Amino acid sequence: MSTTSGNGSGQLMERRVGEVVESTSTSFVAQCYQLEGAPALGGLVRTDSPDIYGVVGTVTTEPLDSARPVLARGEDADSEEDVIRDNPQLARLLTSRFEVYIAGHIEDGITRQYLPPRPPRVHSFVYACNPEEIAGFTSQLDLLRLLLNSGASHADEIVGACIRQAASSHDQPNYFLAQACRTLSVELAADVARLNAILRRISP
Amino acid sequence: MTLFDKSNGNSNGETNGTDLSQIVAQRGQPLGMVIEGSVSNGVEVRLDPGVSVEQIKVGTFVTLQGSDNRFFGVVTDIGLGSTDPRMKYTPLPSDDPFVIQALQGTVAFGTVSVLPQLTLPDVVGDEQGPAAAKSIPAHFSRAYTASQEDVETVFGSEEGGNFWIGSPLDMETKLCLDLGELVKRSMGIFGKSGTGKTFLTRLLLTGIVQSGQASSLIFDMHSEYGWQGQDTDKGVTVKGLKQLFGAKVSTFTLDEEHSRRRGLSTDETVKLGFNHIEPEDVDLLRESLNLSEVAASAAYNLREKFGEDSWLKEFLDAGKNGSLLELAEELQVNAGALRALYNRMGRFTRHGFMVEHSRVDTAAQMIEHLERGQHVVLEFGRYGDDEAAYILVSNLLTRRIHRKYVEAKESAMGGAGKEPRPLVIVIEEAHKFLNTAVASQTIFGIIARELRKYNVTLMVIDQRPSGIDSEVLSQVGTRFSCLLDNERDIDAVLSGTSGSRALRSVLSRLESKQQALVFGHALPLPVVVRIREYGTAFYETIQGGGDSDEEKKRKVDELFG
Ligand SMILES: Nc1ncnc2c1ncn2[C@@H]1O[C@H](COP(=O)(O)OP(=O)(O)O)[C@@H](O)[C@H]1O
Ligand SMILES: [Mg+2]
Repeated sequence: MSTTSGNGSGQLMERRVGEVVESTSTSFVAQCYQLEGAPALGGLVRTDSPDIYGVVGTVTTEPLDSARPVLARGEDADSEEDVIRDNPQLARLLTSRFEVYIAGHIEDGITRQYLPPRPPRVHSFVYACNPEEIAGFTSQLDLLRLLLNSGASHADEIVGACIRQAASSHDQPNYFLAQACRTLSVELAADVARLNAILRRISP
Repeated sequence: MTLFDKSNGNSNGETNGTDLSQIVAQRGQPLGMVIEGSVSNGVEVRLDPGVSVEQIKVGTFVTLQGSDNRFFGVVTDIGLGSTDPRMKYTPLPSDDPFVIQALQGTVAFGTVSVLPQLTLPDVVGDEQGPAAAKSIPAHFSRAYTASQEDVETVFGSEEGGNFWIGSPLDMETKLCLDLGELVKRSMGIFGKSGTGKTFLTRLLLTGIVQSGQASSLIFDMHSEYGWQGQDTDKGVTVKGLKQLFGAKVSTFTLDEEHSRRRGLSTDETVKLGFNHIEPEDVDLLRESLNLSEVAASAAYNLREKFGEDSWLKEFLDAGKNGSLLELAEELQVNAGALRALYNRMGRFTRHGFMVEHSRVDTAAQMIEHLERGQHVVLEFGRYGDDEAAYILVSNLLTRRIHRKYVEAKESAMGGAGKEPRPLVIVIEEAHKFLNTAVASQTIFGIIARELRKYNVTLMVIDQRPSGIDSEVLSQVGTRFSCLLDNERDIDAVLSGTSGSRALRSVLSRLESKQQALVFGHALPLPVVVRIREYGTAFYETIQGGGDSDEEKKRKVDELFG
């Protein structure tokens, strides 16, 4: 276990949201322990030893067996909760996964916002970052470049969500936003239309 | 909006951990960095986020910190740039301050063009002074607004014996002039009517009197330099040189009555004899007296016949006795022309300051004062509005004074006697006697052209500089130009100066009053100056050093006794 856990393994356990089930140099997919238990779009997560950080890009909930699609069951139910209660087997037939775009890693105690030499191993635990970790990691903003170039069709949404979420972890959210705007302006200096689209997503 | 606060927006990160105010004191406010340029066109500075183009004006002084040199320059143009050429066609939410502020200074930024003109010594107060810039600062050099110290290094400081004439654009810094250099060449004060020429001239003259670098002789057309002048805007009178400097200044008047009516005493009353007028003077007056060339040249024939001293008197007598026709025949000049000459000269000589014969040599009197290190103001009183009187008197006296200076200078060069004190002669409406038609004949044309060979220079004040002969104008070393709006006048004032295209736009954007573009011999680079207020606060800076107790008493006596 890494020293970054800080607060003891008890709390770290609580932040464990899933486990890596697929992995590539630029992204990995984690399966959630709880159905619908994925962190929010744009949320910062990390793996442990090696410490690899990433931003949640796509959350999927689907049947475990793709040959058995989910059917609508609530026609006669009074509420959505009733549907869940009356069909307890559903939780075992469904699974939630999330795809994470790698945003950097920690090497010899130094934060590097570029891709690690190797992606996380399959079955690595995935933790949601706490506010201190978020503020610490996003004190640099080179990760935005990785996200902008992630190739995701909705990269702008991921960037916007990531900045909005990270801002609330900073002591001076406005200062953080201004820095983020500046970084985006540099990255998107030649594409004002795209820059504008993202800026409007993070406008407070 | 605090989001894009200036201190945060300072992307260079240089100010981190240092006391900002200290840096500002040394170098001025950070502006941006050099992104391109050339020696011939100057450099382009991209403004930092947080520095608005609206804070900067054309004409502002800027320093550029290169890797080996510090440059001093002036803003010649201001522009708006963008990293994305498609930006101008991209619809942007101009009502969303967040987006707009994020774009400002990054994707959309301000640029200023700076012409680096001098390199500054690295250490302020270094022995070696600023030198003409022969290179430009490298890419990414930082640009700052010039600080007070920078301006002092370039233009000189008051402590260094220079004269404070005002402040550069948008700065509180004192801008100073080296008066010693100023009086070495002729100077010109130009501007439309009411722009502050007279006030500026008065200010410069107080500087010259105070410094003792030169004597001055002022042909005071509207009687505004001697005892007092008028502030027409405020409806008050302002002090003239005599009030400020007492015995250092002698006032002469052509119009005793005018002075008396104003309740002012003058030191001398000037009477000119017919014997002082020379045919050359008549030549000069041709335009103002509306004389034909033939009529004017008849004066030379008359001098030949009657002699230097009495030609005019004899001629006027002949006219009175009705013998003009015989005279015309005898001299073989056209009778009509001679009659015209008689009429005009007859009318002219009825001026109160003319007498048939004067043994007093006013020019010699003036020289006496000038030699004693005094300054002479000749007030024209009611004759100020009489163009012919102004031209005749100023020429006539200057010719004689100049002659004496030439003699003195030549004998000094021959080893006998000492150099005459430098003399500055002040004339108004200069285009009337320095226009192309007469410039070659008037003494002022000669003085302008011979530079300071005989230690005499001109201070010409004019609202129509295009009327001045271009060759004469080219000899005007230091030029002060208040607002001008006539294209030809602007051309004339800027003629022969390098970078006149940039100066042109500066000149036409001056405020309508009390602001001047100053350039030429006495300055290392052109500067727009907000002229110092001439009023009570200014008098106080002089009173202390100006008057001895004795002088103060004399002044009191003069006022009440
Ligand atoms: N340096 C100055 N200090 C105070 N007032 C000034 C100054 N320069 C100009 N002014 C104001 O502008 C008016 C016009 O100036 P003046 O010198 O008479 O103009 P000009 O000689 O060009 O016609 C003055 O009456 C005065 O009110
Ligand atoms: Mg005037």
